[in-house]
Amino acid sequence: MYPQEFLYTKEHEWIRVDEEIGTIGITDFAQKELGDIVYVEVAKPGEHVAANESLGTVESVKAVSEIFSPVSGEVTGVNAKLQNNPELLNTDPHGEAWLVQVRLSDRGEIEKLMTADEYEAYIQKEKST
Amino acid sequence: MRYLPNSDSDRAAMLNATGRSSVEEFFDRIPEELRLQGPLNLPGPLSEPEILEYFRQAARRSAAEYVSLLGAGAYTHYVPVAVNALLSRSEFFTAYTPYQAEIAQGTLQAMFEFQTLMTQLTGMEVGNASLYDGSTATTEAVLMALRVTRRNRVLVARTVHPEYYQVLKTFVRHQGTELVQLPYQESGQLDLSSLETALNAATAAVVVQSPNFFGALERTAQIAEAVHRRGALLIVTIAEPLSLAVVKPPAEADIVCGEAQSFGVRVAFGGPYLGFLTAKEKFLRQIPGRLVGQTVDKEGRRGFVLTLATREQHIRREKATSNICTNQSLCALAATIYLSLLGKNGLKRLAELNLAKAHYAARQLAAIPGVIGPFRAPHFNEFVVKLPCDADELLAELRKVKIIGGLNLERFYPELRNHLLVCVTETVSREAIDRTVGAYRRTAECAAGSAELTGCKTAV
Amino acid sequence: MAALTQLPGFREREIMENRIREARPHVNRNEKLIFERSTPGKSGVDFAPLDVPPVSPEEVLGPELTRSEVEGFPEVSELEVIRHFTRLSTWNYGVDTGLYPLGSCTMKYNPRINEEVARLEGLATDHPYAPEPLVQGCLGVLHETARCLKEITGMDAITLQPAAGAQGELAGILMIRACLAERGNPRRHILIPDSAHGTNPASATIAGYEVRNIKSDECGCIDLSNLERVMTDDVAALMLTNPNTLGIFESQIRQISDLVHARGGFMYMDGANMNALVGVARPADFGVDVMHLNLHKTFSTPHGGGGPGSGPVAVKKVLEPYLPLPIIEQGPDGVFGLNYDRPRSIGRVRAFYGNFGMAVRALAYIQANGFEGLRQTARDAVLNANYLNSSLTGLYELGSCCPPMHECVFSDRRQAARGVRTGDIAKRLIDYGFHPYTTAFPLIVPGALMIEPTESASKEELDAFIHALASIAQEIEEDPEFVLQAPYTTRVTRLDEAAAARRPVLRWKPSHQA
Repeated sequence: MYPQEFLYTKEHEWIRVDEEIGTIGITDFAQKELGDIVYVEVAKPGEHVAANESLGTVESVKAVSEIFSPVSGEVTGVNAKLQNNPELLNTDPHGEAWLVQVRLSDRGEIEKLMTADEYEAYIQKEKST
Repeated sequence: MRYLPNSDSDRAAMLNATGRSSVEEFFDRIPEELRLQGPLNLPGPLSEPEILEYFRQAARRSAAEYVSLLGAGAYTHYVPVAVNALLSRSEFFTAYTPYQAEIAQGTLQAMFEFQTLMTQLTGMEVGNASLYDGSTATTEAVLMALRVTRRNRVLVARTVHPEYYQVLKTFVRHQGTELVQLPYQESGQLDLSSLETALNAATAAVVVQSPNFFGALERTAQIAEAVHRRGALLIVTIAEPLSLAVVKPPAEADIVCGEAQSFGVRVAFGGPYLGFLTAKEKFLRQIPGRLVGQTVDKEGRRGFVLTLATREQHIRREKATSNICTNQSLCALAATIYLSLLGKNGLKRLAELNLAKAHYAARQLAAIPGVIGPFRAPHFNEFVVKLPCDADELLAELRKVKIIGGLNLERFYPELRNHLLVCVTETVSREAIDRTVGAYRRTAECAAGSAELTGCKTAV
Repeated sequence: MAALTQLPGFREREIMENRIREARPHVNRNEKLIFERSTPGKSGVDFAPLDVPPVSPEEVLGPELTRSEVEGFPEVSELEVIRHFTRLSTWNYGVDTGLYPLGSCTMKYNPRINEEVARLEGLATDHPYAPEPLVQGCLGVLHETARCLKEITGMDAITLQPAAGAQGELAGILMIRACLAERGNPRRHILIPDSAHGTNPASATIAGYEVRNIKSDECGCIDLSNLERVMTDDVAALMLTNPNTLGIFESQIRQISDLVHARGGFMYMDGANMNALVGVARPADFGVDVMHLNLHKTFSTPHGGGGPGSGPVAVKKVLEPYLPLPIIEQGPDGVFGLNYDRPRSIGRVRAFYGNFGMAVRALAYIQANGFEGLRQTARDAVLNANYLNSSLTGLYELGSCCPPMHECVFSDRRQAARGVRTGDIAKRLIDYGFHPYTTAFPLIVPGALMIEPTESASKEELDAFIHALASIAQEIEEDPEFVLQAPYTTRVTRLDEAAAARRPVLRWKPSHQA
């Protein structure tokens, strides 16, 4: 269920790293927790984000969630589709509904992230508490 | 006690069901030394007639017998009886905030109508379901502009209601905001050249009021142009929105906010009133307060819900756009009913009545030797007169003929000695206006004709 | 427990489905927007003839400033307005309709005499800037209301200016800040329990403070040793609600206050839950320095569908100089006046003096009750809540192990195992004729059901409420899907909130503007 080529954070973001660009999104677990997503707001291209710091928010009807960046770097792209179709995050959080692309400033940071298997184990534990 | 629905046997039965032997036990967690040892010094218990008598006595010590020419942010207009009759429907006034939309469609639809009416009136694109009052609505508008522009300097015309400015000062004190007041010019309007000079790259917003505190209409189109050139936002606050029935709305503004008490809410010694805030669509997500949106139910029927609640305090908590919880729902309902009753035609007629009465009064007063209208700008139902005599003395003379003549502007503008702010709405009869003019004449002629103002108190 | 098929829920469902198919819609149930009823030329108001010469707007305002008409405004008769809003009102549920058990909202009876006195000519019509000698009645009412509220809270001074509880909180924190600033250091943090109402952290932030959340213990109460650690010299205040949002009294309140004071901080109390304390205990005695009251909760002023409220703020002497101005005073000659000479005041929190109309209503409520009535009210409120607490234990998981006062909290955990959450149970409760309780708050109880019956609930009604929740618990066991689709008996079924938020439509538009 969770793509093997992604890496994951404890805050339920995923990142797919191709060369020096990382594509970032939120996981299926996250979108389920949030419910119907109504709005997305993220950093703009050219802005810098830092690992473990907020790069934006995702709003559902009842809650707002910060999205924490798995890595540091410069935002190179933002998914324009989400402006008018935030519900994509519910239907295809691992594919069409990626959030931002970031040029990594420190590849070493991805060592700290979880693999798909580690993430699945992590959310199993979360569910049972 | 007549409000309590349980009898002693009901209480005993319930107590029994809890397994406790006395109600005191439920208060066990309050340490003994913190409990009240004796009764409180409170009035009552009073029967209904006794309560009525108390308040009737208070009402007797009121200005009810006087004709009031006071405006200054609180306007006396006639409220049609139907407004109160409908507000008194207990499903409206005893209901809570419409969080459970399915059983609150009455409130929600009415608020949707309110939002529509206010945006139509102000020429803006979206509006919220009301805020506390004009002063806090203006403050919220400024906070919005600070968030949107991420700048920290706000220019406020001195012709904005002084108490609105005081409130703004209280709330931005800890936001790192610089507040600058802009002077007015001879016309009674904002001094445009001082605006140009004061505008800079750090300016988030400019706040003007129109009609302003002197009753004068501001040149909002020109102001908007200057403001937008610098990338700042124009906030127009309106304390007498009835003016919008005959005055072109400031559609060039970014936010139009203010006080809608004129629409069906009594002046009631200062509150509750009805703040409103409308804005351009692009600022939608920064609008504070409650928003009612249209949607459908499972069967596709139209319905209304509170929406975009994620901006609000109960969800964002520390990151909320503001800390507002309540709106002024019942007052907003009063305004919705009032505006529906008047409608397009009635509102225009009422505004024309106000215009006619106020201009008649202004002309009559200005015709008195020594009395002048110092500000040339066009006005709606409020204007300033400059007196040849002491303002407080004139006001005392007017009180003798049961007229509250207006507001002594020196209270807020020390440079405007012997200037009165006068408001004439449709509630002031010609007879009362003429009585006012008569008292002015006597006092002014007296002042003009004698070297000392004090010796001249002819019987009325 | 009656056999499943005998419970109203199931029988109702069959009958209801048939009814929905058969009923023909009446215009009453499909009342459109007022704009959609409009036809040109009508008005619901007539005016007396103009008794002064008319003026042309173009002439006095100038053509560039003149508006010809307000587009899109309705044109309807008085009758249509009456019918429109009367119909709308029938779609609402109010306190007058029945039990309204919203936690921490204190939906009590709004006495009619309050409405009568608030509308008296003179009280409803006096202008706030009218000369003081002419408005002694209004000033006297404000003064007496203030006095009573001080007496009830035990505090030394009070302002009636804040328009609502949240504004009161902000004013209170600004006063704390002003006092600390005068002493040389406003400090940077405010401590707020994680059980607190959202306005608390929001208000603290606007006042320029950083919020530090304190975790509650298993009772939902403040852990003293935890507080010991976080209460530093950099903390301006602790904001707490007592009883807390679980309805539980912080029995260590004096130790909490002492600790906060020892480190130079202030105690702020959110007075939302005063309904459990009026006539029983006074927050001033707990060590509270500043608190707000909600007149629209404890003191019976109506909620009005979401406002207006009123949030007076009462303070100890130490904070009195910072009260918003003006303050209302009574001279030795008995004359009331407004004092603006307050150099250390935090300033104004709104124009004029506050929601006078709400003060009138609150005072009438206090007078009707007297001390004895208020005390009995608190006792009834607490008894009612405990009756519910005992009766519902076993059906729903308790939110806390500690005994509550005027409100009780449960968790939906048991029902969540069947896929039904607190919000769904609330919707089904509507079918039984009740307004729901507060859902999903406080946040420290997972899937909270927060129930405050207030004293305005007869045993008969409470029994019906218990029966309803018991019945729903059964329904969840047998047919959770049925509950998930509730409500069935309302004018509209569950509304699509996601659609409302994704593509917001916040107003009606005339067709050519759309």
